[in-house]
Amino acid sequence: MNSPRIAGAGVTQFGKHPERTGRDLFAEAGLEALDAAGVSPDDVEALHFGNFMGELTEHQGHQAPLMAEAVGLNVPATRFEAACASAGAGVREAVKTIRNGEADVLLVGGAERMTNVGTAAATDGLAIAADDLYEVRAGMTFPAAYGLMARSYFAEFGGSREDLAHVAVKNHEHALVNEHAQLRSEITVEDVLSAPPVADPLGLYDACPITDGAAAMVLVSEAYATEHGLDAPVSITGTGQGGDSLALQDRPDIATTPAAVDAAEEAYADAGIGAGDVDLAEVHDCFTIAEVLAIESLGLYEPGEGITAATDGETTRHGDTPINLSGGLKAKGHPVGATGVAQIATIAWVLDGTHPRADAVPDGTVGVAHNAGGTAASATVHVLEVDR
Amino acid sequence: MSDRARDGGYDDWLDAIEAGEPYYVECPEGHGWLPPRRVCPTCQSRELTTASLPDSGEITSFSTVYVATPQFEDDAPYVTTLASFGPVTITGILRGVDPETVELGDVVGISVEERTTTGDRLVVFRPR
Repeated sequence: MNSPRIAGAGVTQFGKHPERTGRDLFAEAGLEALDAAGVSPDDVEALHFGNFMGELTEHQGHQAPLMAEAVGLNVPATRFEAACASAGAGVREAVKTIRNGEADVLLVGGAERMTNVGTAAATDGLAIAADDLYEVRAGMTFPAAYGLMARSYFAEFGGSREDLAHVAVKNHEHALVNEHAQLRSEITVEDVLSAPPVADPLGLYDACPITDGAAAMVLVSEAYATEHGLDAPVSITGTGQGGDSLALQDRPDIATTPAAVDAAEEAYADAGIGAGDVDLAEVHDCFTIAEVLAIESLGLYEPGEGITAATDGETTRHGDTPINLSGGLKAKGHPVGATGVAQIATIAWVLDGTHPRADAVPDGTVGVAHNAGGTAASATVHVLEVDR
Repeated sequence: MSDRARDGGYDDWLDAIEAGEPYYVECPEGHGWLPPRRVCPTCQSRELTTASLPDSGEITSFSTVYVATPQFEDDAPYVTTLASFGPVTITGILRGVDPETVELGDVVGISVEERTTTGDRLVVFRPR
């Protein structure tokens, strides 16, 4: 199998940069990725660009050619939109294109500018990933949707707000050394439990922040990497994607995310691995409950058993399978259209030993990225492996 | 209220609730949905008919929303609720009850009321 290799990646500082345009954010990440890859810009054949709400926050559609130009490229450029899984969807198509032999070098990334419109408008913008007629017009917000899922999870499997708080505490601790992270502060379980409520049972510290940022990486074929002598030890060896009804009301069960289960099964089969082979994962913890749903969907825990993973320390950097060594969306930040590529960049850096949390898995060879759109009506999973 | 075009299927459904004749869309296998639907996503049947919505439903999940979008600013805090009416589950806002006392399984009826912030029509559940 021709597994695309990650030749280089770049990520901006995630955080509040209300004055920075999307094109400037992406130019920084894209140029950093090209420089890290050591690939001639003339060799880049196309851009896959993830973005969710650019029409709302920047009044800018048709963003992909703009972003290609921002990094100095005149290539076919296409925007991928799958809500928070936009970049994951772009990666998946890039993997398939390179495997098919239709391209040797692709730039894949995403960007989102969000804080310039304020919290209320950003909440409104994010809500359009839900069913407008039947959810948004009934007051649904994304915190509310995950609040509904959390309550259903507690009812079906048990668990408590305190268990969820441990997810937030863990991810904040992981982010302390991540210079790209938005929230680099240690928090306690008590801080999480006493934070203002957002959408019961979720409070402010159960939610990821609103973030501006961009991420990019250069994917190359094995043949190109060999021919050009690139130092690119990490490959994407498996890709999967699943889908589900958009509205929670149309799903038989909202205490699980079947789209992510399907994506994981497909990606693992593609890579020829099983859940037991996974050494670390970056998962889509837009809310604390979402990390629980993610690690269960990835098969790292049975349904109903992931809720205590952080409480018991199993998913911390000292645990058997560290989850979100970057700090996750919760502490690293969540520039929606960039998140899927930022997750993959983190795993690549951990596996090649250059991430500040790489010492958590010194012998790790397999990492998984889980990127979920909306309430996981879209989900992508990618398996990364490193040459040792 | 805006003067934008009606949303076919959806606005008709709200009209029916207001008229006291709420319905849902059903396939021969008994899978329930809300309109507009041309095919059952579960069994792919295109033989869809309308059926009367059961008079009451049961709360299957709820969340009290404190941080709202601008379109619901004056409604917050409000209780976004999923209620199961037999084969179909519906999203609405729960009114007429102290949010602290709501429990899964509580029985509710459906109505159309006004959104406080904008005056738009809103699916509302009230205790039965």
